[in-house]
Amino acid sequence: MSATHAPTHVSGLAAKRIVTGYGFWIFLLSDIIMFAAFFATYAVLQDATAGGPSGHDLFDLHNVAIETACLLASSFTCGVASIGAQARRAWLFHGAMLVTLILGGIFLALEIREFAGMVAQGAGPTRSAFLSAFFTLVGCHGLHVTAGLLWLLTMMAQVFAKGFRADIQRRILCFSLFWHALDIIWVALFSMVYLLGAGS
Amino acid sequence: MSETEIGRHGGDTAPGDQPPEESGEGSLGTYLVGLGLATLLTVVSFFIAGTTLVWRPSIPIAIGVLAIAQMGVHLVFFIHITTGRDNVNNVMALAFGVLIVLLLITGSLWIMAHLNHNMMPMNQLMQMQR
Repeated sequence: MSATHAPTHVSGLAAKRIVTGYGFWIFLLSDIIMFAAFFATYAVLQDATAGGPSGHDLFDLHNVAIETACLLASSFTCGVASIGAQARRAWLFHGAMLVTLILGGIFLALEIREFAGMVAQGAGPTRSAFLSAFFTLVGCHGLHVTAGLLWLLTMMAQVFAKGFRADIQRRILCFSLFWHALDIIWVALFSMVYLLGAGS
Repeated sequence: MSETEIGRHGGDTAPGDQPPEESGEGSLGTYLVGLGLATLLTVVSFFIAGTTLVWRPSIPIAIGVLAIAQMGVHLVFFIHITTGRDNVNNVMALAFGVLIVLLLITGSLWIMAHLNHNMMPMNQLMQMQR
């Protein structure tokens, strides 16, 4: 690669990739703390259904299982894409990113369909405190996935236009961290909200 | 690829980067192991949520344990958080994040449960309204 790049070993100074990755890691942890606040809200308001439908009446675990499978598979293909980026294989990177995009898109479509169905049967966010907390928590994750998909398209376009430059590689690192973190939040979400909610 | 691209010097590894001995062609295996373990834990979670095979009050605890295990699998096999010397900074940041998350969730639940307990007449009133 470019030998004129930043000095490879300056004592006491970490490489830019490490600094960038670490900084983004700190951001992700703060994002997870924000989700924890929404989780706490949901846990407190879980039984405040105000006579309306509870999770047991509303949640369709088949839908959630498909969403989970899509997100888990997309986390894997995102890992494949970062292998492709590090190996500088454009076809592997673009192919894996495209599969990630499709799986993320399916996840988002299923979630929107679920939300629309709930609103249509009168179980919108204004129905009860439980539903307000539910839509805030799950919707916030859905917004993150939407942002992640837009970022994914941006990364594909940047690699297409500029190639695997060092700064692009750092952005790919941050994107893959973001995408894996979204999957970790979804694990907490489907366990606590859907599996526990549908069982009770 | 050069050292600069992967940033493997200065004694640290960026979160999300694989340790040097695993990166490159062979690193797909890590993701495959992660995918397999995560799939297994997810399937068990979904199975146990609807089953009548086990004592029912144990199901929420089992789901919680499985979820924490799966988050660990994701952290280790997808984000490549290790116990290595080059990962200490990442682990410390993660530990602090987990501490705040635990304080936030247990603290909220604890306080709200006490409020509910101490405001019994109000609680009963709300239950009558339901």
